[in-house]
Amino acid sequence: MRHAARPGSRRRCGHCFASRPCLERAARPQGGGGGGMLATGTESLLRQAREVGAEELGRFCARVSALLQAEDWGPDALDALRRLFLIVAATKYSRRLEPTCVALLQTTLCSPRCPERLQLLCAAVLREMAPSDSLSLSCDHAQSSRQLGLVASVLLAQGDPQQVRTVGQCVIKVLESRQPEGPSLTYLLPVVSKVTSLAPDALPEEQTKALSKRLGEWLRYASVQQGAAHASGGFFSTPRARQPGPVTEVDGTVATDFFTVLSTGQRFTEDQRLNVQAFSMLRAWLLQGGPARPGAADADDRSELEGSTVSVLSAASAASHLLPPAEWLREKALEYCQRLLEQSGRRALRKADSDLQKACLVEAVLVLDVLCRQDPSFLYRALPCVRALRTRLCGDTACVRALLPIAQFFLHHGEAAAVDADAVCQHLFTRIPSEHFHSPMLAFEFVQFCRDHLVLFGSNLDLLRTSFPNLFKFLAWSSPALTSGFVALLPVLVDAGTAVEMLHLLLDLPSLTAALDLQLRASQAASERPLWDVSVRAPGCLEALRDPQAQGLFQHLLRAKASGTVERLTPLHQLLQPLASCARVLQCAQAVPTLLRAFFAAVTQFASGALASQLALLLLERSDSLFQVEGYEADVHRVLSSQFPALCKLHPPLVVERAKELLEFVGSLGGPRSTGHMLTSVVWAVGEYLSVSWDRRCSAEQISRFFEALEALLFEVTQSRPSAALPKCPPQVITVLMTTLTKLASRSQDLIPRVSLLLSKMRTLAQSPAVGPVHGEDDLGAVRTRATELLNLLKMPSVAQFVLTPSVEVSQPRYHRDCNTALPLALDMVSRLLEREAGLLPGTRPPQHLPLEAVPGRSRALCSSPE
Amino acid sequence: MVHAFLIHTLRAAKAEEGLCRVLYSCFFGAENSPNDSQPHSAERDRLLRKEQILAVARQVESMYQLQQQACGRHAVDLQPQSSDDPVALHEAPCGAFRLAPGDPFQEPRTVVWLGVLSIGFALVLDTHENLLLVESTLRLLARLLLDHLRLLVPGGANLLLRADCIEGILTRFLPHGQLLFLNDQFVQGLEKEFSAAWSH
Repeated sequence: MRHAARPGSRRRCGHCFASRPCLERAARPQGGGGGGMLATGTESLLRQAREVGAEELGRFCARVSALLQAEDWGPDALDALRRLFLIVAATKYSRRLEPTCVALLQTTLCSPRCPERLQLLCAAVLREMAPSDSLSLSCDHAQSSRQLGLVASVLLAQGDPQQVRTVGQCVIKVLESRQPEGPSLTYLLPVVSKVTSLAPDALPEEQTKALSKRLGEWLRYASVQQGAAHASGGFFSTPRARQPGPVTEVDGTVATDFFTVLSTGQRFTEDQRLNVQAFSMLRAWLLQGGPARPGAADADDRSELEGSTVSVLSAASAASHLLPPAEWLREKALEYCQRLLEQSGRRALRKADSDLQKACLVEAVLVLDVLCRQDPSFLYRALPCVRALRTRLCGDTACVRALLPIAQFFLHHGEAAAVDADAVCQHLFTRIPSEHFHSPMLAFEFVQFCRDHLVLFGSNLDLLRTSFPNLFKFLAWSSPALTSGFVALLPVLVDAGTAVEMLHLLLDLPSLTAALDLQLRASQAASERPLWDVSVRAPGCLEALRDPQAQGLFQHLLRAKASGTVERLTPLHQLLQPLASCARVLQCAQAVPTLLRAFFAAVTQFASGALASQLALLLLERSDSLFQVEGYEADVHRVLSSQFPALCKLHPPLVVERAKELLEFVGSLGGPRSTGHMLTSVVWAVGEYLSVSWDRRCSAEQISRFFEALEALLFEVTQSRPSAALPKCPPQVITVLMTTLTKLASRSQDLIPRVSLLLSKMRTLAQSPAVGPVHGEDDLGAVRTRATELLNLLKMPSVAQFVLTPSVEVSQPRYHRDCNTALPLALDMVSRLLEREAGLLPGTRPPQHLPLEAVPGRSRALCSSPE
Repeated sequence: MVHAFLIHTLRAAKAEEGLCRVLYSCFFGAENSPNDSQPHSAERDRLLRKEQILAVARQVESMYQLQQQACGRHAVDLQPQSSDDPVALHEAPCGAFRLAPGDPFQEPRTVVWLGVLSIGFALVLDTHENLLLVESTLRLLARLLLDHLRLLVPGGANLLLRADCIEGILTRFLPHGQLLFLNDQFVQGLEKEFSAAWSH
């Protein structure tokens, strides 16, 4: 071993990176299976590479330099370059390599004799250092088109737009040289593709046109004979020379027409390779060079193809050569796509080819779409093909993903293809999600398709909107990957007609996940790799589903379209309960709060008073009928309780209109609740909006009914004995109840003596920490302070009414900025009064912990929202 | 167009030890941070690229873990039964997700990933790529890398020290990030060519 540990070098990492045995040991795990094997060796190797210090790296660079300088391109150089790559790549901080070493890496990269693997490593090291200021590489240094490709990869990695243009110029110059035995262009075409994607204006118009012509030729006139073993254009040379036969189709028959990516053979010629590359970059190229491109004056360029490498076949279509380059390319692209559509109907002998057929179907339709958008005159030829394809594919579940580009095609050409667009959208939205919800890739593409084409849906937008129960199946099944997509989609999906049903379904989303799981279990035979969690067993669920009522609810939950009806799913929730512990259900439950927020953000933009009122009731009704998933109820309550005041704000009269239901909600809460969120926001809304200033219909009688109900509730939550079984009543509930009662009393002043008495009781109660439902000195202090404040305020009933029931104009900024208006004066006086009174009481401290007190200016906080 | 390709470790869900490690990454062309004329911008740009790759790797890992949990597959299943077992690549879990503009790339991107035992393979793409082609390309790359690097065979080579092999495969099957429509025999031809170049 030439480079064994140097004498005197005791540094572990240096030792390792200079000596092969150590590294080999690290790289090679001690036994163990595939799963764990990566961890041990990899970790230590990465750590070693990162720990290499500057001094050690300097020595290592010197060694690499020596090897490269001597053109010693054997195993030692290979080994050293591999390690150098790892040292540079393993850390996110820049490595400083010796300038001589960097220079030699560049020289080696462009050396005519150096083996490919070393050159790849040189390029990789230089690329890993990018962006780097010490690079002197230039395209002119490359000796062959293969090297030019490598040099380009390093230069394009620098991220310098000027560099990108230079590379583009240089590569296109080589591409333009037309010697038949010239450099292999297959290394360069992808560079052009990359350059145009990085800098669309990098290539001058003339060169773009010239390349468009050549792309058309490569597409349409590649050889239909297989590559010969030793032919000059052959690539995969084997010693046996054999008479090459014609290329074949994927089903094994002899090719009937020109060569495409779906034509196969033993060997491929250079022009066949270019054909593959040309088609692979075609769509992006068409999009870059389409008619939208400024200055692409195509029409006055009807020259023939001069001196290009046109194959014999092209003579037959000499007429089309008179077309300008962009049109010529589009013409050839259309023919190519038509041929691909024909070829993809053949029965492939190999599985990989059948996958390729599907990818080709998608690409062909996408290219046809681009062609027809750029030149609508193509439509009369493209439309029949795509129509025929749709008919062919609608019944074929294996090609379901190709339906999305087909739909896109029809949507883009709405005028001509309106009927087809309707039909394919109908098929997509009604059938695909229910049958293929479990395919993660299709789900992703489907949601992306919906997002991208919203403006094109037109009359189909209603279809999309009413299909939300179907779309939600994707979401319910693959919530982690799709939540962000649906957050973007929800504002479009929801409208006044579907909002209520959609909110129900969003709240039922985890049970939809469970139902889909159950549906799969019921329909699929136990395959080797089932899609569901086999560790969760649900034998009883399948049995219970036989019950007709359960079956009806099950079908309702799995409906494809909005039904306009709402079913109580509680019996179904019970039935699905065994599946509530599935990880998929839990994941979905965790996504629901985000989705709910997006839903309300969208709905509050357009909701009418009636809708707001309907949704507010729905919140109350659903808050205690949710699928029991761990943590779900608390998460949902948090969102719903913040949305309830927002809905009330949107339509304040709803508190008066829905007084009956609100009273029921408040009255139905026997005993302390697990979370006070919903109760807090409802009680707050009553105090805020139950007033004649919001709705003239609000009567004194209504106020006193609410007063009595809330008084009873306060009594109930404060008197109940603390017990380990029952959660404690949050202090927020107590303070919001006291405040609301005071607010109501300030509006119906004969209630003031009652509320004063009650507040004094509360204050007394909160002074004896041993009893009562609230524990903790801070909580007690907060209750005590609030009670004292409210009592003081009530001593001046007219001020109390002014502060607790401010007029609507109070929300205008003028009332807070202008010192001469009454409000700032009043607030100032009141807060001074309150503070003085509070200061006189023994044992009271300024409250700190209640959200109600968060707004500076304590008395103002009393009329602020609970959030 | 593919913007980046990465190979990284995948840990089982709830694994306590270790971090998500990027084993190999490659940008096909790059865009530097705009409006940046600071003297150390080259270093910062490189740091940014590395952080972007790590951000993608972490997100892939968590998507993979969530998907595995959802299917009820846990750590124990990650071990192959024996080294002779061919890895069922067509059954390897895969998925796609979208990266919003600015997080971590300036432009919106799509990530398609494939998890094979404890290794993740991912492509960072433009938003409107042909995902069927992307998926089959990713499976092809994974298959080639597993075969030629013998990654899953005990005692096999460590990919950290086989960058030339990864580069050789990428140059042929994903040149400059160009996704290629390769039929089976074409793949075989390229693979033979690659093996020949790497055998001596």
